[in-house]
Amino acid sequence: MTHVEALPTWAALATAVLVLIGAALTLIGAIGTLRFGTFFERVHAPTLGTSWGTGSIALASIIFFSVLESRPVVHEVLIGVFITVTTPVTLMLLARAALYRERAEGSTRVPPHSVVRRARHLGAGEESGNDAP
Amino acid sequence: MSRVLPYPLLTAGLILMWLLLNSFSLGHLLLGTIIAVAASRVMAALEPSKPRLRRWQLIPRLTAVVTLDILRSNIAVASVILNPRRCDRVSGFVAIPLELRDKTGLAVLACIVTSTPGTAWIEYDSDSNILLIHVLDLVSEEEWIALIKNRYETLLMEIFE
Amino acid sequence: MTEAILVWSVGIAQAMLVIAMACNTYRLIRGPRAQDRVLCVDALYVSAMLLVLTFGIRTGSSLYFEGALVIAVIGFVSSVALSKFLMRGEVIE
Repeated sequence: MTHVEALPTWAALATAVLVLIGAALTLIGAIGTLRFGTFFERVHAPTLGTSWGTGSIALASIIFFSVLESRPVVHEVLIGVFITVTTPVTLMLLARAALYRERAEGSTRVPPHSVVRRARHLGAGEESGNDAP
Repeated sequence: MSRVLPYPLLTAGLILMWLLLNSFSLGHLLLGTIIAVAASRVMAALEPSKPRLRRWQLIPRLTAVVTLDILRSNIAVASVILNPRRCDRVSGFVAIPLELRDKTGLAVLACIVTSTPGTAWIEYDSDSNILLIHVLDLVSEEEWIALIKNRYETLLMEIFE
Repeated sequence: MTEAILVWSVGIAQAMLVIAMACNTYRLIRGPRAQDRVLCVDALYVSAMLLVLTFGIRTGSSLYFEGALVIAVIGFVSSVALSKFLMRGEVIE
């Protein structure tokens, strides 16, 4: 890494801290997928890496290249925006597929479809689903 | 104006993206503008429903609230994963009756709920307007219903309805 | 000094990302259900994308950014197609 000689110390420190935070969040999320017992708990784990994990590594890259080339380099924002927009789509589709599969098997661990239909008769009262074990 | 540029925001966003991906120069600005105008006219041919923004000046506030909430729940979920003694943690489903009806607003709410670690959008029924979410660390259901409704739904209803 | 900071931090970060990918791969092989596997494919793509970004910082070349963007796009499309397949058993209806 001979190209970083021109980099001031504050920029190197900021890049280092942000890269480490992002990688640590991604690692914690991956450990979460190992530790959680059910699928619907595991859905929460990768969002650590896709929200602030991606955000802070992209931010580190922006700081690094902007200072290195002494002009604003912000194209990493595109990755942040793209991940923020696409992750909910993927996870929502996946959660619905999992719900559909569990219901098709007659599992009692997921609330039945009547939970989201019930309030039409009762009015918009405080409705709550049954808890998973 | 509206026939040449059916989606001015989309066109501006595409030009900006083109200039970010390539370096800024007059030639790229021209080429990006041509592509963006063509793409927005293709979009108009698809005839999607047009979202209406009532009070766009509230969007920065919503962005700030959501960014801070995602940061806070990142720390919360990380502590749940790293703490091995949290066996008494209960996760569960919460059904939330919504008042928001606007499709764009619901899409934004789905993005917010799913990209926040600790909550996941599971199912939504458009007839009864009830949303089913899964919460990782469920302490009280009323608290989560109040949180979603007060913090996000009121802001989204002000922006979109 | 700045070189030492960057070499060590980026190296440790890359090691953490590789361990994260190993965790995801373990869950991908273990299962137990198909939806867990698709979830791990998605997480694996995101970790790989972040790894390519850190390689960009390490070498100081912004070409890696385009590779990361392509990985992100392919990861999104493949996870969506797999989820769609789980829901109905067919990709195109």
